[in-house]
This record gives sequence, structure tokens and C-alpha cells, in this order.
Amino acid sequence: MKRLKGIAASNGIAIAKAYRLEHPDLTVEKQTIENPAEQIHRFQQALAKSKEELEVIQAHALKELGEDKAAIFSAHLLVLSDPELVQAVEQKIEQERVNAEFALHEVASMFIAMFEAMDNEYMKERAADIRDVTKRVLAHLLGVTISNPSMITEEVVIIAEDLTPSDTAQLNRKYVKGFTTDIGGRTSHSAIMARSMEIPAVVGTKEATAAIQNGDIVIIDGLDGEVIIHPTEETIAEYEQKRAAFAAQKAEWAKLVHEQTVTSDGHHVELAANIGTPNDVEGVLANGAEGIGLYRTEFLYMGRNELPTEEEQFEAYKTVLEKMEGKPVVVRTLDIGGDKELPYLDLPKEMNPFLGFRAVRLCLDMQEMFRTQLRALLRASVYGNLKIMFPMIATLDEFRQAKAILLEEKEKLVAEGVSVSDDIEVGMMVEIPAAAVLADQFAKEVDFFSIGTNDLIQYTMASDRMNERVSYLYQPYNPAILRLIYNVIEAAHKEGKWVGMCGEMAGEELAVPILLAFGLDEFSMSATSILRVRSQLKKLSKQEAERVKDHILSLATAEEVVRFVKETFQR
Amino acid sequence: MQKTFKVTAESGIHARPATMLVQTASKFDSDIQLEYNGKKVNLKSIMGVMSLGIPQGAQITISAEGSDAADAINALTETLAKEGLAE
Repeated sequence: MKRLKGIAASNGIAIAKAYRLEHPDLTVEKQTIENPAEQIHRFQQALAKSKEELEVIQAHALKELGEDKAAIFSAHLLVLSDPELVQAVEQKIEQERVNAEFALHEVASMFIAMFEAMDNEYMKERAADIRDVTKRVLAHLLGVTISNPSMITEEVVIIAEDLTPSDTAQLNRKYVKGFTTDIGGRTSHSAIMARSMEIPAVVGTKEATAAIQNGDIVIIDGLDGEVIIHPTEETIAEYEQKRAAFAAQKAEWAKLVHEQTVTSDGHHVELAANIGTPNDVEGVLANGAEGIGLYRTEFLYMGRNELPTEEEQFEAYKTVLEKMEGKPVVVRTLDIGGDKELPYLDLPKEMNPFLGFRAVRLCLDMQEMFRTQLRALLRASVYGNLKIMFPMIATLDEFRQAKAILLEEKEKLVAEGVSVSDDIEVGMMVEIPAAAVLADQFAKEVDFFSIGTNDLIQYTMASDRMNERVSYLYQPYNPAILRLIYNVIEAAHKEGKWVGMCGEMAGEELAVPILLAFGLDEFSMSATSILRVRSQLKKLSKQEAERVKDHILSLATAEEVVRFVKETFQR
Repeated sequence: MQKTFKVTAESGIHARPATMLVQTASKFDSDIQLEYNGKKVNLKSIMGVMSLGIPQGAQITISAEGSDAADAINALTETLAKEGLAE
């Protein structure tokens, strides 16, 4: 029996045989050949086999994952039968008398380089398609197997270095019970997919692929971030119990879907969800959210090659507002820059993108783009309960400017005879320490605050959250962070304004009692965390939590805070 | 035989529309070419079509040569219209 520690990326326990999702060595050697016809025949056979496989995968993806996900395989199939590619390979074999592997590799590399050089996101994605397809054909030529997870027909857990979107598109929920990867964090693609598929996952184990063989019995503990290889019968029994307990707990939580979030002493807080696209609203409602605390509008702008039009944005905002049927929807205006780039804006590379030209800074400069978004929002406002907030506000002047532009657009629309809601609350994200410190001044002018903890922590601790060597400084429970949060809440309440939190922290079990003690009004998190937190809050008493507030604020280190909160609230 | 269109789709002819056009063209035996901005590519080649990067407002010409050229042009015209890509 061996245990690996990783990052708990998606809740639950899975116990099954290991299935290694492998990407084999596809190194190609150049050979001079005598008989080009034979090589062309080999090439065509490999194409035919790849095509058969892809058709099965596509049909499967269509059935299990829907049209959107299956579309990627239609593109792959087209590449496979692309006459330009096929003819170029055959010509190379004939004219240069080289083996099929080498010819394919050369031609594909040329196309990949050509597409990658284009200054356009779509084209770059095509390069990935060509690479994927080439790998499949090469594997057939080289006689090595590439994993086809869509062909799995028994219960397994997937072991991989990392999972790409085309890997996850092929996973069948019926058989894939969980997965673990060597690399990745809570926000990597694989982790997000696991949560949306609702299967347990542990990522970033560093050595899962080295330690686990095909067919090994493996336990994936997505609750505590552990992977157990070759468990003893006792351990299996123990984890079966843990799995049953978790299932029972989930069933218990499910009963809370239509309930209000009220503490044991009758205090109501709002539990809201974070979303990225209108499609996410389904999950929000299924998990009983009382609103949307963060609608990240960047996704409207990403994965395309030009700005979305006012009409497109209007439709998206309207859809979300209508589906939420009058429940509050907090929309964050475009937050681009930092780790989120828009290739088509053609912004210069920065040494320090997280401290650079991003979010509201960029919007105040590229006003036409900003105004388009605001108009779309204002027009959509009549379809529900819209609240607007600006990201990355550092100074009052920025907030005033952004708000003034919003009001200008509103006046223009009204003058044009367009109806616009009259009670749109206008607030801001608090993620820059300067804004947190000066919250009392901001509170006079905003309608609400939403604390973005991911950035607030990295800016306060001066620790890049993408840099593993300083990730130990990413400390949500550091008293410096807690005092900032408390300062923001206090300042807002003095002016009669409300405060939400939309970072990862709002859904964390340890943070919930602290935030309740501080008086946070709205907790916004991944939809799948809502029922767990609602259940936790129902057992907590606001008055009791408030009693230890001053003590928490007087502690000196993150460790002290964690220990104290565990001792006090986890009975 | 050939026909000229004006691209009306807001994002031009990219990923999905290109896929639709290539799929339609591939059903025919004729040689089918797509021309934009002086460059001509095989309309049965997804990579060829994508590499043109056709934007909204572009003038494109589709030409076909072969036994089913007329049917091919008709089918492609229909695809362009049905998908709201060009007129």
C-alpha cells in the first residue's frame, strides 16, 4: 500500500482499477525507402484506421457529452481527409523516397507552424487539431497504442500526467469513476472538468503515473486530496464507509436546495454562485443558489478573434437575468489582462501583467469597448435584478470615472427611448489592498463591495499565485488578510452598504465561520459548494461566532488562526 | 463554372462555418476552389479554407469544374445562405 498526496480538485471517493491514459513516444526517424507505393499504402491504412476510431469517438462524444464537445472531432475528421495534407504526404514519399512516418511528420509540422504563426486564436486552435490527429495516425504507423478512453467498458480511475480537453471529452461518466494527475492545480482544466462532471479527482500528485500501473487497485480521495495504491482490504472497507458517508451527506445537503440560508440563531446570509457563461445557470439553480455573486464576463470575449458585439452581449446578459427570475445577478465588467489575454486586442507583452494594464484600467482607456459592454448591460437590466461591479479598482477616481461612463450611457439610452432599470446597484471588487485599506471612503460612493480574495491575497502577500516556489505565502488565513477583510465589511456596514465575497475562500469550510463572525452578507462560490456551505451555516450561530471575532483578529499567524478556528468550530 | 458571394457573417468564415463548407464540398466529385483576395485554395481542404482568414464583408468566389459542378455550386450556395454566412 502506498499513499500519494495531491490537491483535492473535486469531491468524492472513487475505488477502481487504474487506467493509464498515455501519450506514447512518437519520435520519428527518417528512412530512405525503395518502394514508395508500399509506404503510401501504409499511410492510407493508418488514415483509414484513425478515421474509424475517430468516428466511434465522435459518435460517443455526441451521445454522452453533446454537440458542442463532439464538434472538435468533426474538425479532426476533416483534417484527416484534408486533400492538401494527404497529397502533400504522398508527394513527399514519392519524390523524396522517405518512409510514411517521416513524410507525415514533416508535412504536419509545416502546417502546424503555419497555423501557429497566425495572429488569431482560432487558427492556433487548428494547430492543436492537426497535432492531435497527426499523433493518432503516427501511432498507427509506428504500431504503438494510444489510449482511447472512449473505448473503456469497465469501471476505472484514470491516471495521467495531465488531461487535455480532448482527453476529457472522451471520458464516459458511466465507467470513469475518478482521476488523478501528476500536474495541475484547483483551477486547471482537468480540475474544472472533474467538478463539472461531478467525479472525484486529485491533481498535482507529481508521481501518479510513475507509481501506478494499469490494473492496480486505486483509491482516489477527492475530499482530502489523497491517492492510495494497492490498498489493503481494511483500507478499502474504511474508504467504502467514507464514500457511503459522503453520499449520505450529499443526499442530506440535497434536501436544502429550496431552503433559505439561515444560521441556527436565525441570521440570514445570501449564498450565491460564480458563473462564466449563461450555460452555467442550470447548475446554479440545481444547487439552490440565492443569486449570482459573480458573472465573469471575460468568457464572452475569449476564444474568438474579435470583440463580441453589443447584441451578442445583450443576449447573454438577458438570458442569465431571465433564468434567474428576479434573483440578484452581480455582473463584473470585463476583467482582462494578467493571466487572461485577448490576442486580438494586440496589447504589448508586460513584464508584470498582474500589476499592469488590465481590468478597469484597460476599460477606462479603451472606452469604446467598455461602453459597448455597459450599453448591453443597461439594455438587459429590465429583464431581472442586475447589479454591476468594476474589477481592480485602486482609487476613488477610477470608480468615479467608470460610474460616470455608465451613467452617460444610461442617459443616452433613455434619450433614445430604450427602457433601462432605475435601480441597478453599482459596486466594485475589492482586490487591491489600497482599496481595502481605504474602504471607508469608497463605501460612501459604492452600493456594495465584493471581495475578490484570490487577487487580494496575492497582492497583499506580494506572492505570485502561479509561482510554486512562493505559493506557501498564499495564505487566506493570514491575520493581515483577515484584518483587511474585516475592515472592508465594517466600513461598508457603517455606510449601510452590503459586502459579498467571490473568491475561492467564501466556500471554504474553515473560512465560513470567520466570515460569518465578521458579518459578511453574501458568500459567492462554485455552484457545487453551495449546499455544503448552507448545511454548515445552519449549524453555526452568528452570535457565537461574533464572540470570538476579536480573538481571531488578535492572532499573529495563519497557523494560529487555523488551529483556533478548528478547535472552536469543528466539534 | 463559378459564383461570387459577399460574406455577411459577423465573424467571417471561421471554424464552424469552414467545417460546414468543407463538408458540403467534399460530397462532390468536381474540383472545387475558393478564392479570396487573390489566393485560391481547395474548398475540400479545411486547412486551406481556414488559412484564408476570410472576414466579414469579403468578396469570395467559388468555382467548380467537373461532372457535378452545377450541383456543387447550388449546394454550397444553399449552405452559405442557410448558415447566414454570405449572399
